[in-house]
Order: sequence, then C-alpha cells, then structure tokens
Amino acid sequence: MPDQAQLLPGTLDLLILKAVSLGPLHGYGILLRIAQITGQTLLIEQGALYPALFRLVRQGLLDADWGVSQNNRKAKFYELTAAGRLRLEQETKGWNLFAGAMSAALAATPEEA
Amino acid sequence: MLARIRSLAARLLRRPGVDAALTDEIESHLAHRADHLVQQGLPRAQAEVQARREFGRTLPTREECVDEMGGAFLHSLLQDTRFSTRALLRSPGFTLVAITTLALAIAANAVVFGVINGILLRPLNVPDPKSLYGIEQGSQHSMYMSYPDFLDLRERNRSFEDLAGFTIHMAGIDAGSGATRAWAIATSANYFDALHVKPFLGRLFHQTDDRGRNSAPYIVLAHDYWRTHFQSDPTVVGRVVRLNRHPFTIIGVAQPGFRGVITFLSPSIFVPLIQQGQLEAPYRLDSRATHTVFMSLGHLRPGVTPHQAVSDLNAVGAWFDRTYPKDHNNTTFKVVNPGLYGNYLGQPMRAFVTGLAILASLILLAACANLGSLFAARASDRSREVALRLSLGASRGRILRQLFTEAMLLSLAGGALGLWISTALLRALSSWQPLPKYPILIPVQPDEMVYLSAIVLALLSGALFALVPVRQVLQTNPYQVVKAGPGQGKPGRLTLRDVLLGVQIAICSLLVTSSVVAVRGLANSLDGDMGFDRRGAFLGWTDLTMAGYNTEQIPAVQKRLYDALKSVPGAESVAFANPLPLSAGMRTALIFTDQTTDLRAANALANAYLFAVSPDYFTTVRTPLTQGREFTWLDSADSPKVAVINEELARLAFGSPRQALGNYFKTRVGHRYQVVGIARNGKYANLTEDFKPALFLCTTQSPGSEVRFVVRARDGQDAIAGTIRETLHREDSALPVEIESWNTQLDFALFPSRMAALTLGVLGIIGSMLTVSGIFGLAAYSVSRRLKELGIRIALGARAPQVLQTAVGRVFRILALGAGAGLVLGALASNVLAAIVYQASPRDPLVVLCAVAVMATLGIVAAWVPAQRALSADPLRLLREE
Repeated sequence: MPDQAQLLPGTLDLLILKAVSLGPLHGYGILLRIAQITGQTLLIEQGALYPALFRLVRQGLLDADWGVSQNNRKAKFYELTAAGRLRLEQETKGWNLFAGAMSAALAATPEEA
Repeated sequence: MLARIRSLAARLLRRPGVDAALTDEIESHLAHRADHLVQQGLPRAQAEVQARREFGRTLPTREECVDEMGGAFLHSLLQDTRFSTRALLRSPGFTLVAITTLALAIAANAVVFGVINGILLRPLNVPDPKSLYGIEQGSQHSMYMSYPDFLDLRERNRSFEDLAGFTIHMAGIDAGSGATRAWAIATSANYFDALHVKPFLGRLFHQTDDRGRNSAPYIVLAHDYWRTHFQSDPTVVGRVVRLNRHPFTIIGVAQPGFRGVITFLSPSIFVPLIQQGQLEAPYRLDSRATHTVFMSLGHLRPGVTPHQAVSDLNAVGAWFDRTYPKDHNNTTFKVVNPGLYGNYLGQPMRAFVTGLAILASLILLAACANLGSLFAARASDRSREVALRLSLGASRGRILRQLFTEAMLLSLAGGALGLWISTALLRALSSWQPLPKYPILIPVQPDEMVYLSAIVLALLSGALFALVPVRQVLQTNPYQVVKAGPGQGKPGRLTLRDVLLGVQIAICSLLVTSSVVAVRGLANSLDGDMGFDRRGAFLGWTDLTMAGYNTEQIPAVQKRLYDALKSVPGAESVAFANPLPLSAGMRTALIFTDQTTDLRAANALANAYLFAVSPDYFTTVRTPLTQGREFTWLDSADSPKVAVINEELARLAFGSPRQALGNYFKTRVGHRYQVVGIARNGKYANLTEDFKPALFLCTTQSPGSEVRFVVRARDGQDAIAGTIRETLHREDSALPVEIESWNTQLDFALFPSRMAALTLGVLGIIGSMLTVSGIFGLAAYSVSRRLKELGIRIALGARAPQVLQTAVGRVFRILALGAGAGLVLGALASNVLAAIVYQASPRDPLVVLCAVAVMATLGIVAAWVPAQRALSADPLRLLREE
C-alpha cells in the first residue's frame, strides 16, 4: 500500500466535485474515483462521504438521481450542476494559489549573505 | 380535522421518504463495496460482512446526514423537545415552580378574558344583533320611559323597523301545585316580531293580540323554565295556569338560548305588557308621568346609521317638548347597545373588566418577569454546559433554539394547566347564582375564543421569558467559562434579573395593597353607619297582587297584616317599607316648591329617593328623627298628606331642617305634602354614595301592592322568622312570603364590594405566590452561586448576620424597593377602587401596615430556605467538591 496523506479540512468537498466532474458517479464510485485520481494517496472514510454529498446537494452544487450501476445494481448517481462546475473552477484556482504558495514557502532555503 | 392534523404531523416528523432514501443509498453502497471485495477474491458472505464492518466503523449518525440534507426543522424540533423534556425533568423543582406560576397567571387572564368575551364581546343571542339598539333618554343613562311616550315614539320615529318595549316583574305562577315565584318579562305585543325571534313551540305574541288593557292573558315560557318547571312537556301549549291568581294561557315556548335582551338576566316567562295591572298595582300604563317601560329597543332600518337614528329620535323629542311640556323638557335620546342596559350597566361593567384585565395582564407580566429571571439564572448555571456545547461545534442558534424549546414546553404545559383551571372556574361562574332571589346569569361559558386566548397567551409569555437569557448565551465565551467555572460575575452591578424581580415585586405589592384595601373596605362597609340598625331585624316580603287583591283593597289588607304581625310573640315593633334602603327597586321623586305651578323637571328643587313607609317605621329600623314626628295610623288616605324628609333633602329644598319642618312641597303629580319630621341621613341606593336626598311618604297615603316589612325582634328571638311566616299564612294562605334577616338581605347592596374584594383577594393571593417564587428563585440562585465564597467567609469567622447580608441582602433591598413602589402605585390605583368599595382609602395606616407586613412575611418565607443553606455552608466540603 502506498503512503497515505491526511485529508486537509475542507478539501473533501473539492475532491468530490472534481471526481464527479469527470462523469456521473454513485457514492461508492466516487470513493473509487478519488482513490484512483489521487493515486491511492488520499483515502476517504466511507461514512464521511455521505454527509458531504448531502451537503453539496443541498447547496445546489450536485444533482442526484437513481439509476443502475455497471454491477447491475440500483444506485444513486451524482452529477455536477452548473453552479457546481463554477464552484469547482473557483476552488481549483484558489487551491492552486494556496498550494503554490505553500510549496514555495516550504522550498525556501536560507539566502546567502 | 384532528385526524388530518395527526397524519400531517406524522408525515412531517417521521419523514419516511427521507429515511428510506438514506437506507437505500447505504445499502447500495454496501453492495458495491462487497462486489469490489468479491472481485478481489473474498467469498461473497465474508465480503458482505466486511463491507458492513468497514462502513459501520465510520457510520455517520443518521442525524448528521439529515441535518446536511436540510429541511429537517421538525426533526430537530423533535430532538430539541426530547432534550428539553429531559433537561426539565432533571430539575423538577424549577419545572414545577415555572409551570405553576404560568398556570396561575394564564388562568387569571383566561378567566378575565372569558368574562370580557361573555359579557362584552359575544353578541346577544337574537337574530341580527348588530342592528339592534336600545333607546336611552337624557343624560342619566336611563332607558325608562312612560308607556304613552313609548307608543308615541314607536309611532313617530322613522329610523326603527319596529320598536318593542318591556319591563321586568316578579309574579306568582301556579301551574296547579301551588304558587312559585317567577321572573316575568312584560313585553309590548310586537316584542318577538320586532326582535325577529321565532317560537320553539306554539306561537309568540303579535301586535294583533293587543286589544287594550288585560286583553291578552297569554304566557310564553322561556326554554330553560319549560325544561325545569314543565319537564319539557310538549303538550304544554294551551294549558291554563294562574299568574297572580289570574288565568293565563301558555301559548308557546321560546327558542333555547333566548333569554330576552339583557345579558345578565334569565327570565322564566314572557307576558304581554298590557296585563301590567295584573302584575302589580296600580295600573300605570295610562300615565305619562310614570316611567313604566324599562327599555325600548328595535332593529334600525337597513341603511340607517345610529347617528341618523339619534337625530330622528331627537326630532320626536322636540315634538314631545312642544306637546307635553309638563312631562318633557329638552328631551334628547341616544341609541345604545341593549345587552348591558345601555351605559347604565355598560359603563361601570366596562370599567370593572378593564381594570380586571389590566390587573390580570400585570400578573402575567410579573409571571414572565419571574420566569425570565429564573431562566436567566438557569442559563447561567448551565453556562458550562453551553460553553461545552459551543466548543464542540454547536451553533449559538441551535443552543438558543433549544432554550426556546424549553421555554415553549414550559409555557404550553403551564397554558394547558391554566386553561383547565380557567374553564373549570368559568363553568362554575356560569352556573353561579350570586343573588338567589334574582334571575341573574353570568353568561361566561368558555368557548373557542377563550381556548385560543389561553394558548396565544401561553406562547407569547413563553417567547417573552425565553428572550431574557438570549444575550447571555450570545455572549458566552466558551474558553472563559470553562477556565473560570460558572461565572462569578461582577457582584455590584445591577443586572437584568434584579430589575425584573424589582418590577415583579412592585406589581405584586400593588396587587396585595389593592386587595387589602378592598378587604378593609368590605369590613368597613359591614360596620359602617347606614342610617339604620339592621341587627336583630327581620325582613319579610309579600305581594298583595300575587294573592289577587286589587288596588282598592290594599290599604285595609295592609292594616290587617300589620296588626297580625304586631301580635307575633317576640316582635318588638313592626313596619312596612317599599322599598327598603339598600335593596333593589329604588324609586325617585321630583320635589317642587309649594308655589311652583309649572311642574316640569327643570323646575324641580331636588330629585329624592322615594320610600313609602308605614307608621312606626323609624322606630323599627332605628333611624333617629332629629325633629318632628313620624307617621301614625291617624295619617290616613283622608287626612292631609304628610311627609318625612331627610336632612339632606331639607337642606336642598328648604335651606335647613328648621325651615323645612311644617313647610309644604309638591310632587310631580301635583300632590301637596307637609313636612312633619326630619330623619337623619343614611345610605339608600348603595354603600359608597354621599348623602343623598330622601323622601318618606306614608303607606296609608300612597299604597302599593308589594309589601316589604321589617320586624324588630326582642333580644334573643332569632326563631321569630317561622312564627312570622305562620302568622301571615293564617291571614291569607295565598300570600307568597319570604323572610330573612336584614344582614342576609344586604347581600344585594354588598354584592359589588364583595365581588371586588373577592377578585382582588384572588389576584392578591396569586401576586403573593408569584412574589414568593420570584424571591425564592433569585435568593436560591444567588446563594448557590456564591456558596463557595460564603463558605470561605464562614471559615474566616464571619457571623450569621454578615453571611445573611452577603447571601440575601441584595434580594431584600430589591424587595424593599419594589414593595415601596408597589405601595405608591396601590395608593394611586385605590382611587379607582373607591368607586365600588366603601371607604377604601390607601392612606389608612392599617392598610399600609398590612401590605408592608404581608410583603415582609412573603420575603422572609421565600428567602428562608436559601438563607438556611447559606448559613450551613460547610467550607471544607465545598472546597473538596471543586
């Protein structure tokens, strides 16, 4: 198993939005997709997913509808709404700024006198 | 209806859709995970177990999901309710005090509202009550008018569809098993038609029945009377009964609930007014000077406003002035609501219930202040809990909502209990017969308006007192609280709690003062000088018309009864009087100078209470004559007319008693009287009146059919009542007789002050209970908060007075201030009381003393337990507990 990183607070919503932006997914599918796109680095606790999903639905960022999965099982599929797409763009920008600044700061070495 | 509400609530609370969707989704998730595990090589069964286990480890609470889904207001309400119920049950003392306090306050308000609703708001039980108006004459709030005037007014006005008139009589009704007394409404023949009232059985009177004097010996029974006295017999129509010994035919039964138009009265029967001569003597319908019609009323024509009606009536008034100058002068009319006899009863009733409503809402306010401070105290006791919940991520809104839920639960419980108490009280009030002799009904059956008002009041007061701790919660800083322990606060600062308690004590002290004033007034009025001596005196009543005697026979029969009564063993003296002072049925007479020829009201010297009394009256009732003599049997119908007047009338009419004696005056009908005696002033119509002029005429010279007699018994002859009854029965077994002691009879005069004392007493008691619970709450709270400090002080050698000073001194300072303010308010409010209560003076030192003593006692009682707790503070144990 590869090294695992702790999820930063507030990043779960962004990850979900990203995962769903790649195509409609059901709950378990979202978990798998996140594992896949983070290279198994970020593991989401199964139970923590659903409150976050409901929150995003309530905020109007996701749409949910029942359908049938590849396994031929009934499942609820989540899809990005227009508002969700917009939010994803903003958050991505914000994150990139933050991450860039963080890595720059952490990469700094003592300047030579 | 109820079922629909219930199913709606069930749907909202259980949210089957939401729950099921959530379950489905989790199941779907588990299935997918298991599929995944199977792909990785696990056997199916094992995979399913593992999926479930993995998920279960991180299972989000169902509530969390539902919260995130939003729209779960009812769900969290349920949660809050459950939590609040548990919190309240954990402190049963607080809960009990709070619920009782609220229940009392809400019951008081619901009862007062029930009375207002029943008496002032609810329309009369007749068709189209909105357009029904009574006619008031002049500025004296009197609706009386003479029968000829009534007929003219009915004929000449253009505003009323029809005008009905009626008067009230007591009559002896005999349906075959002996005469019983019944209250009769004697109506103009068009009465029922003018009121748009339909019969329940048989028929009612119509204008066509009126073919002159005694032409319509018919009776219509009130529905209640038919039910109780004729066992709802449907064949009653057509039966002939005897009314005052005259045969009358029952022609119908009125609709249930129709009780005439006077809100307070519940008459037994209706008879045509043209039979007046058979109801009382003498016959008076032909006289324009005697105001026989008690009230005239009718529906305004469609489109006629009350204002237009008044100007129309006043035009008729002007015609009266021109046509009958002897009886009319500046005749003006008003139209009024008939239910409370226009403004005559309406005005004082409205004033009384307004006063009551103000007092009751003050009580509710006090209760809210009380509960608010208890709530604030509780919130600050729970500040640690609040802080903990805040730091664990609860929103302040959620915590406030929970506090509100707690307040609402309390107020609903209090409201329900209060409503229960108030409906019981209102029911009792509705069936109460305050004066058994009179057909009085207090129509205050609780209805949906009362229920609604109680619920609204409960919710409002809940919201009100829940507001008190809001700021406290909003300002809670979890870090500070957890670090420092429950707030020590700044002891010197005046807090909202102190102000609330002060206000509440002021209100309660106002109530206590008023009730002491009222009770003292009542005691005064029982001891006060009424101008006669009622101890050892028995009153009797009989009516010669009811026994069938006519006007001509009356003087002789009266003398015969007098002699018979005089011979009763144990009777010291006997007299007749009609009416007796301080009883119902007061009449007045206009007095003119001997020289006046134009006997119109404007020229009168005085309007005096009129009493027809027999010889020996003044001796029997022990009213001293300051000058002259009293009547003797030598003053007969044939001898010159004589009169006794009281000092006040002597002063008004002649300047002084000396000038009055031997002088002459005239009455409205032109009779000339000589003043032969001057009586001391007394109380005539009510106990609170100032000295009023009174005129006494001799029964032999102005006979009436109703006979009220006074028998003064020799000492210790209390059993005389029975002997009197037997004596009268021997004289004529058909005479209806009632005998009671004069003290009992005074119930009538004392009724207003008794009611005032009773209501204020009850409100005062509620106020006292509120004071106790308020003081107890604050004292207990301040002691519990500073117990540690007190323990240390005791350990350092503080003595009991110092400890008490620290523990409850502040509460007592608030008590003193609040009670002082209440006393001052009470002094102001008592001016209002003076109108109903005899000699009600708040400046009476005894009243002030009583009120202060009551408040101090309440304070000591309430602070006793907390003070004991403070004194017994054990420093060692307290410090160990920290």
